[in-house]
Amino acid sequence: MKVLTLNFLTCAVKSCKSSSDSFPLHPKDAELAKDDVEINPQLLANVLPRLDWNALRTTSTELGFPSLPDQPPSPEDLTADEKMLQELHSLLMETQIMEGKLVCGHCGHEYAIREGIANFLLPSHLV
Amino acid sequence: MSRPEDTLAADVHYDDVEARKYTTSSRIQTIQASMTRRALELLDLPSPSLILDIGCGSGLSGEILSQIPPDEGGPHAWVGMDISASMLDIALQRDVEGDLLLADIGQGVPFRAGTFDAAISISAIQWLCNAESSETSPAGRLSRFFNGLYASLKRGGRAVCQFYPKNDVQKKMITSAAVKAGFGAGLLEDDPDTKNVKVYLVLTVGGSAADGDITGVVEGMEGVDVLDARRKGKTTGKGEIKKGSKTWIIKKKEQMERKGKVVKATSKYTGRKRRIQF
Ligand SMILES: C[S@@+](CC[C@H](N)C(=O)[O-])C[C@H]1O[C@@H](n2cnc3c(N)ncnc32)[C@H](O)[C@@H]1O
Ligand SMILES: [Zn+2]
Repeated sequence: MKVLTLNFLTCAVKSCKSSSDSFPLHPKDAELAKDDVEINPQLLANVLPRLDWNALRTTSTELGFPSLPDQPPSPEDLTADEKMLQELHSLLMETQIMEGKLVCGHCGHEYAIREGIANFLLPSHLV
Repeated sequence: MSRPEDTLAADVHYDDVEARKYTTSSRIQTIQASMTRRALELLDLPSPSLILDIGCGSGLSGEILSQIPPDEGGPHAWVGMDISASMLDIALQRDVEGDLLLADIGQGVPFRAGTFDAAISISAIQWLCNAESSETSPAGRLSRFFNGLYASLKRGGRAVCQFYPKNDVQKKMITSAAVKAGFGAGLLEDDPDTKNVKVYLVLTVGGSAADGDITGVVEGMEGVDVLDARRKGKTTGKGEIKKGSKTWIIKKKEQMERKGKVVKATSKYTGRKRRIQF
């Protein structure tokens, strides 16, 4: 699971749909890996306005990375700043949670991650 | 041709053996690749985008998204959802670039609003017409899927779903569920009336409800048959549906279902007066 995806995933449990605590999901016992992915500046500039920056700051801290700035860069700043681009790319696209869990802050449901794949199958009473 | 959809649950059909057989067949590889390219053509994405691949399987469709060169607007990043652990396992072995989720689309699409620029689905959504268990109905699963997909796409976003309807009833069931979820929708058929016919459901998310013509985008596409929500919507005009009538009950049920309530499946008895039995 890429950090990028985690910034968009919400708890799938029905009763969590309207709760703000169900996002972002919190990594637990996470084993990280770093993939080599070719940088795609246009893609980063495209998704930047859609990122939930506060959630990304939370995730980054929870995964043990140095804290991100309070405010996101603007797409223009980002494209002009090689270093920032590289850092964001490395966090969002290259950093993967390989094993561990994602925990919902509202209902406590734990989504297992194995070999990088999160299991979002729910027992039917939670759908 | 027998349809595994009719007899098995998807995750049972796509076990380790079938997943490998499916993925290594060069005939299947070619067909899936060409349908994915066709879907991309319909999405018409101008620049690198974030795409959801619904029923991504072993990645035959998704890997095309990663391969689109810059001069054609790519490469795109993608997230894949699939219910079969065996298919996803093959995707891992093939080292696809997309991010993978083990998930049942009939349970919804667990992303926050406006996540994706676009979505594709190649040869998967006909599976939703079969209930996975006695607690779920195809209608409920289709509605959870399309409502979730609608919300997860950004305004102005598109989805293209190639699927294999068993018959016209299924085609109708799927398209009307999409329209009900709010999509502007159109159907496109390549090689119609042959045994190689390919059906694409083209879906658009309107910019805003106020601009009225949500099917505008679909309408502009060549060969696309527009499914107009408003044609059916006419009957929802004020006072036209009699309270207590079958139509009224079905509408209510849909509303309840959208709110996530469990409702009784609609049957030929729905809305009928119950006679006292002697
Ligand atoms: C014919 S394969 C297509 C896979 C891939 N899109 C391709 O083009 O090769 C259909 C896929 O849909 C998946 N599928 C069926 N029902 C599903 C569901 N309810 N949720 C998620 N995936 C599902 C199956 O597991 C299978 O991998
Ligand atoms: Zn939850």
